[in-house]
Amino acid sequence: MIAVIDYKAGNGPSVKNALDHLGEEAVLTADPDQILGADGIILPGVGSADATMESLRELGLIEVLNEAVLNKKTLFLGICVGMQVLLSHSEEGDCDTLGWIPGQVKRFEEGVRIPQMGYNAVRFKGDHPLVQGLKEDYFYFVNSYYASPDCAQDTAGEAEYGHPFCALIARDNIMGSQFHMEKSGPAGLDLLKRFCAMTKGEAVC
Amino acid sequence: MLTKRLIACFDVKNRMVTKATQFQNNIDIAPAEEIAETVYRDQIDEIIFYDIMASAEKRPIDLDMVRAVAKKVFVPFTVGGGIRSLEDMYQVLKAGAEKISIDSMAVRNPDIIRQGAEAFGRQCMVLSMQVKNVGVSKKIPSGYEIAIDGARTFTGMDAVEWAIRGESLGAGEICVNSIDNDGTHQGYDLDITKKISDAVSVPIIASGGAGKPSHLADVFTRTGASAGIISSMLYSPKLPRNFSVREIKEELARYGIPMRPYREDAQ
Repeated sequence: MIAVIDYKAGNGPSVKNALDHLGEEAVLTADPDQILGADGIILPGVGSADATMESLRELGLIEVLNEAVLNKKTLFLGICVGMQVLLSHSEEGDCDTLGWIPGQVKRFEEGVRIPQMGYNAVRFKGDHPLVQGLKEDYFYFVNSYYASPDCAQDTAGEAEYGHPFCALIARDNIMGSQFHMEKSGPAGLDLLKRFCAMTKGEAVC
Repeated sequence: MLTKRLIACFDVKNRMVTKATQFQNNIDIAPAEEIAETVYRDQIDEIIFYDIMASAEKRPIDLDMVRAVAKKVFVPFTVGGGIRSLEDMYQVLKAGAEKISIDSMAVRNPDIIRQGAEAFGRQCMVLSMQVKNVGVSKKIPSGYEIAIDGARTFTGMDAVEWAIRGESLGAGEICVNSIDNDGTHQGYDLDITKKISDAVSVPIIASGGAGKPSHLADVFTRTGASAGIISSMLYSPKLPRNFSVREIKEELARYGIPMRPYREDAQ
């Protein structure tokens, strides 16, 4: 069972629709017990990092997520802003974020249209199970800010917008995509399916 | 690198996609979710639906339609028509749409752009504008005036000035619809598309006039447009021939336009 975190700023219904389409068992929830009991957790995201943190705080979910992901090692996938809040700090609203992955979230510099909007090529890197064997594909991005992890090995996929930036993070049980897997056509659904397979302990390749 | 987008655009009436009022017998009228699924399988990059009767009938957008489309389409889709309040926007987004298109409503109440951007993020606010070439004047320095209510009412507003204001209010994307070129199949209005894409930094969607793939190549190479709306090209019998999304993408790739490639192995 996958718990898709249901909070005000998220596009949870879109992620749930994609999981339903893939035939995966998933529930849209903000209930601590359901989240702590899930095999995988997805934090969807649209909007701003500070609003997302505020919303999670209001729902009392920050401790719940810390417990599930850091102690219980539940597989976790953050999408878009749900990925950005994995880092330590965001320039958006100058806010401290979850800090599970050391690094910063920065605004794209002048010289490119902001927000970045559309399909961009992602080159996969490293040997994390989520991306093992994958080379490159196109995914849908909508972002004005991008993640900049301190450790290069946390980047599992890179795209280019003015300069190369981290499009996909993967460290042990913690994963995050800047792009919208649930809205990137077949390529996105394939990657989402790989995450789901990991939560069931299946080989993904 | 970031690719250019092809956006299929459909008018919806009573939950059915229709073009019958403008072009006779051009498509079988079919439920919006069926048409959406067909173009999704053809690997369109994005979809826009306009609920064309919602505004005239003074009723909210058909949310069941939005929910039905959201279950079948896994690329972004935008909904427009009949949105009057933040609550309307919230309902449409909750039903599964990614973006909201506002047009006449934004001219009447520009603050709705700011409110929507603050509440839901600017990425989901598409400011759609209908522009007509009226010649350069003191009042209309760009030579293009904004019209509303299905191009029936002229506002006296300059298109470029409105685009700049819309961006500063919080629009995350601007769709430039040429009233003159709409339905001509002779290509987009490159002049105003370029003027607006030069004046703002948010992504621009070109709309009105596409009849063949080279029209998209023109707008992508000669203006700063990030996306092009295609409609008649996909199915109108008034055109010498129609094109699949795949054909359009392959031809644009030959022009050197970066596009999301067609996937052979997609389900």
